[in-house]
Amino acid sequence: MEPGEIHALLGENGAGKSTLMNVLYGLYQPDEGEILVDGQPLKLKGPSDAIAAGIGMVHQHFMLVPVFTVTENIMLGAEQVRGGIVGFLDRRRARREVAEVSARYHLRVDPDAVIEDLPVGIQQRVEIVKALTRDVDLLILDEPTAVLTPQETEELLTVMRSLKAAGKSIVFITHKLGEVKAIADRITVIRRGRTVGTASPEASRDELAALMVGRNVRLTVDKQPATPGRPILEVAGLVVDDDRQIRAVDGIDLTVRAGEVLGVAGVQGNGQTELIEAIMGLRPTLAGTVTLDGEPIHGWSTKKVLRAGVGYVPEDRSVDGLVKEFSVAENLVLDIYDRPPFGKGLALRPDAIASSARERIAQFDVRTPSADAAVGTLSGGNQQKVIVARELSRPLKLFIAAQPTRGVDVGSIEFIHSRVIRERDVGTAVMVVSSELDEVIGLADRIAVMYRGRIIGIVGPDTPREEIGLLMAGITPDARRSAPAGGAATPGEATGGTTGGVAPAPESPGNEDEA
Amino acid sequence: MSTTAVPDVAVAAVDEGFWSRPRKVGLVLLALGVLAAVLFGALATGQQARFTLSETEGGAALEIHGTVGAILFGIVAAAAGGALLAGVPKRWFTVVLGVGLVAFVLSFLCWQVSAAPEGRNFMPMVNIVRGTFVLALPLIFGALAGVLCERSGVVNVAIEGQLLMGAFSGALFGSLSGSVWVGLVAAAIGGAFVSLLLAVFAIRYLVDQVVMGVVLNLLAVGVTGFLYERLMQTNAEKYNSAPRFGNWEIPLLKDIPLLGPALFRGNIFLYLGLLLVLIIHLALFRTRWGLRTRSVGEHPTAADTLGVKVLGLRYRNVLLAGVVAGIGGASYTLALYSFTKNMIGGKGFIALAALIFGRWSPTGALLAALFFGFADQLATYLGAIGSSIPSQFLAMLPYLATILAVAGLVGRVRAPAADGKPYIKG
Repeated sequence: MEPGEIHALLGENGAGKSTLMNVLYGLYQPDEGEILVDGQPLKLKGPSDAIAAGIGMVHQHFMLVPVFTVTENIMLGAEQVRGGIVGFLDRRRARREVAEVSARYHLRVDPDAVIEDLPVGIQQRVEIVKALTRDVDLLILDEPTAVLTPQETEELLTVMRSLKAAGKSIVFITHKLGEVKAIADRITVIRRGRTVGTASPEASRDELAALMVGRNVRLTVDKQPATPGRPILEVAGLVVDDDRQIRAVDGIDLTVRAGEVLGVAGVQGNGQTELIEAIMGLRPTLAGTVTLDGEPIHGWSTKKVLRAGVGYVPEDRSVDGLVKEFSVAENLVLDIYDRPPFGKGLALRPDAIASSARERIAQFDVRTPSADAAVGTLSGGNQQKVIVARELSRPLKLFIAAQPTRGVDVGSIEFIHSRVIRERDVGTAVMVVSSELDEVIGLADRIAVMYRGRIIGIVGPDTPREEIGLLMAGITPDARRSAPAGGAATPGEATGGTTGGVAPAPESPGNEDEA
Repeated sequence: MSTTAVPDVAVAAVDEGFWSRPRKVGLVLLALGVLAAVLFGALATGQQARFTLSETEGGAALEIHGTVGAILFGIVAAAAGGALLAGVPKRWFTVVLGVGLVAFVLSFLCWQVSAAPEGRNFMPMVNIVRGTFVLALPLIFGALAGVLCERSGVVNVAIEGQLLMGAFSGALFGSLSGSVWVGLVAAAIGGAFVSLLLAVFAIRYLVDQVVMGVVLNLLAVGVTGFLYERLMQTNAEKYNSAPRFGNWEIPLLKDIPLLGPALFRGNIFLYLGLLLVLIIHLALFRTRWGLRTRSVGEHPTAADTLGVKVLGLRYRNVLLAGVVAGIGGASYTLALYSFTKNMIGGKGFIALAALIFGRWSPTGALLAALFFGFADQLATYLGAIGSSIPSQFLAMLPYLATILAVAGLVGRVRAPAADGKPYIKG
């Protein structure tokens, strides 16, 4: 690493990027090898050593205490105290420091806001301020854009540029090629725990992708235009609360027709999870109706919904999709274990289960040592294939896939996408919920964008990414025309580094208004 | 873009309907108030209800006509309920609710006192206040032990065992040495010993904390019971005759009417308990230790990434909790009674309830403990004046209130997020 450099660490999920950085931050201990800072070998016993050595990290899952204020979170671990051994907190001084740092780097945060009330983008900013107050020279950002809207991502890239201008080095971990090309000075690609190459940002996306996965992959989904038939799923006026009894779905109407893919886009936590769970009967509906092929299904048990011909890939596969300790074969019949040929009366029929499992393992290309292996020992992609295989093995009217490729390697993504499209082509209504905008655009025939529990717009898949991105941030085209989208341009920041790709266009929403 | 100014679309405020929680509470309070005014008013007699500011019938007293008082306070309670029903600003909710509940209790007392037989129809306030604090004291210590533990993320079901072990070792070593101070230190160590077991198994060996707490309670009952039978019963003179702390009168403060004789002529444990509430409250919310403790109880991984030693802090807090609970146990054996088998008798679990009722805050726990203590004391008093209400029924009420409170009637009860979850690095 050089001072004032942005170094991108590119790799697939599970390639070892985060592990490497956790070692660098002192959270994990290396088995072998050493870390050099300014030519000196560094022994890190814990994060405090790393902080002392000038290394700061913004984790993929934010390390912020939700019930604390911004100031409390930032002062934690490096508290200014008065009163000697008693250690009374000097809040005034801490607040002043927060204000100072956020002013110096143009990172506006309210020192007294409580973290859980802040949007994700601001929380991330708090994390960056937290690192900066500790005088770090090297900042590690672990998958910082995973939870951001395209606009928030653009803001983050601007922040990174201004940090670079201030002489800070940044390690930027990601698997999104476009962002890397937009910001990085140097790129290191990691695969299966090894450095497989370095590249300059001028390298093409295909080159980078090939380095990352080790072979050439298709980045788009091949499909024919859809031929939508009759409406299968109809949702009207649906209202659902989340676990904290806060309104999560606030009056949603939508229709999915046979033979089409409806993509649901949106930043995580805007009600997508609750919408799907309500349809599946996993969460009570407070108002509204859900009909499947003309039959009202709200209030039904989940089992009844599944048996009515709905396939469901839940968003968190390890918690909701699989029983990790069970074998692959058992997981493949979790939905129909009590039906012939797998169950008879009170007994299971292991032979039938095993032979059907072998068949489906071959059919869906599940890489497993055997059908008896515990499903928890498989890689993420293969676990996901087990779920998809199970859900697509029943005759379906409706197929709902939530985050179908989260944490899944590129090869499996391709496979799962092709199965989704194949299901559409046989006339099933398909609903895909994903926080990966590219995935939604690639798969969907129509895209519904959710924002704060409502569908803020339904657009076609050829809509420009920026427009969808603005919708994800809650800005409709009308709103944009009537009120100037705020946001002062960052002083003296050029956005010329972008060389195309999937990165959002460098124009800020403000610039678009002026145009 | 370095600012946050992404304009929000207009989002309709979440409409929780007319029946918000304050309104529901208000409705219940209104019903209680009307019930009090009608029922208690009808049952009360025309005699004066006297609330004397001393320990006897004589001296200064607050008096009110029985029937008038019962009806009047019933109306006040109903009015408070009505106000909540009509909608009051959020910050007034607790105050209005408190006024309503106190008025309801007063209405009830007007009936009971005025209906008591001649010669007993007065309520000695000093006794009531003092008794409330005496009965609440072990709960205060126990709940504080819970606060220390659970704020750092370790569930403390072992409060009962810590109190019991403290009471036992206080009695034993106090008797052997003949010194109250040795007894006090021994009690603290005894409580800390139970805590040490909890800490090692919960933090180091990741045993389920609730299960571990229950086991430790049984262990404490078993060990102290065994030693009690073997040592204390056979030779009470030597092993179970600990010296006791006398009452300390605090100059000036002891002359305050009502509160003086009730509170400022007590023993060291009363002062220590109240002082600890203050100290722990300040420490938890104003000091570095408090900030770190709370962070470890809410999000240990975040604390770890900032260089806070999660496990060390948890050990320290759990041990500290044992010290506090151990001293609480000694408030029995070094001030009131000699040790008997299982003498804590479930107070540790009530302390746990006070901890939850008080929402994991030291001052909240104090108020909850006082509430339980008052109910206890009231049941005793009503028994003494020959009330028509069975004392068992009254003794049940505080726990009914706890269930309602925990069920979320009075605001949402939110435990520290990492409470009961062991921290495993990486």
